[in-house]
Amino acid sequence: MALTKEQIAQRIARELQNGFYVNLGIGIPTLVANYIPQGMNVVLQSENGLLGMGPFPYENEVDADIINAGKQTITTLPGTSFFDSAMSFGMIRSQRIDLTVLGAMEVSENGDIANWKIPGKMVKGMGGAMDLVASAKNIVVAMMQTNPKGESKLLPACTLPLTGQKCIKKVCTELGYYEIKDGAFHLIELAPGVTVNEIKAKTAGKLVVPDGVREMTF
Amino acid sequence: MINKTVANADEAVKDIFDNATLMLGGFGLCGIPENCIAALIRKGVRGLTCISNNAGVDDFGIGLMLKTKQVKKMISSYVGENAEFERQLLSGELEVELIPQGTLATRCMMAGYGIPAFYTPAGVGTEVANQKETRNFKGKEYLMEHAFDADFAIVKAWKGDAAGNLVFRGTARNFNPLMAMAGKITIAEVEELVEVGELDPNEIHTPGIYVNRIFKGENYEKRIEQRTIRKG
Repeated sequence: MALTKEQIAQRIARELQNGFYVNLGIGIPTLVANYIPQGMNVVLQSENGLLGMGPFPYENEVDADIINAGKQTITTLPGTSFFDSAMSFGMIRSQRIDLTVLGAMEVSENGDIANWKIPGKMVKGMGGAMDLVASAKNIVVAMMQTNPKGESKLLPACTLPLTGQKCIKKVCTELGYYEIKDGAFHLIELAPGVTVNEIKAKTAGKLVVPDGVREMTF
Repeated sequence: MINKTVANADEAVKDIFDNATLMLGGFGLCGIPENCIAALIRKGVRGLTCISNNAGVDDFGIGLMLKTKQVKKMISSYVGENAEFERQLLSGELEVELIPQGTLATRCMMAGYGIPAFYTPAGVGTEVANQKETRNFKGKEYLMEHAFDADFAIVKAWKGDAAGNLVFRGTARNFNPLMAMAGKITIAEVEELVEVGELDPNEIHTPGIYVNRIFKGENYEKRIEQRTIRKG
């Protein structure tokens, strides 16, 4: 069975370590926050200017001045700090962020990512994604393996305008977990019940399947 | 003390001219100068170039100025959530320059710091790098980006005083203090205009020297884009 979005987030959450500062993008990446293990100290950064993001507010706590980069209302925690947008990206560029999780439209076998523009169709902008991918040392992409037309999003080369080059280290889709190295997608783990043949059929880029690849457990 | 106070938003924006370049603070609809946007619409000034992280939504923020076709060009990092914007962009009525968010913030900051350009890795190898000077430092490629040059910066703060000192609140800070430092003329609207001496000097985010005009804004709507709550 392919993973649900929650399970993709749950799998990526296993990358978290005690003491990590983490930036989570919009969509599936945001869900990673729900799977921080009990007792682990992880601090979430939101690039609109907050370190130490708390959960969504209760109805009576909603504050229009306290939002995350997805423009959702959030809360603070003991130790939270606010800062301006230049300092926020200063933290990112100077590699203080230990883990970055982003969504993507396409990822290539050499670690390129495209996630901000479909020429002639959709122009939303890159937001902070270009800054993040250019500087982060540990980037995991969370996305579906194929686009709505059923075409692989794991490609030999991105077809859409790039967000960054040679920067993605890992990708988790509903079918598998991949490490990108030496110009190929290395399958690290399979979603429960998914076959290597299905992975092969839905990976357009170079794929390496090691012997005895593990199945994920939840 | 130099008194920077003006009566209201209309007086604050009275010399903003057609084809001016404006910086407008805010992230999404959080910390936007609501009163000045309304005054710019009343004034009917046109051909504006707006530097702002986002372009508002269809019926709020900069989206209101798009509707009245007062904006010639937007310089932003993310412009989703605005159908009118997308329509004007795809039809060619509106010029748009999309730039990485950290680059946008730093281009504001550098204007306020008096530094003409800087190097950043954001956008290397992408279309953002087109026709930009690149340079290699310690084995990594960087793009040269220039400080912005804006005629007016319009910001929203939580508290301020007649000397122009500003304090921001929560994530409504975002681009506001950066832009406040960066305009040839900086206009600040505040929720609370307090007596000079009331703000703790240790807690002032923007020193008054950067601010030319300040006024107490009225009727803040502070609209929320994504109201997310938990049950309990």
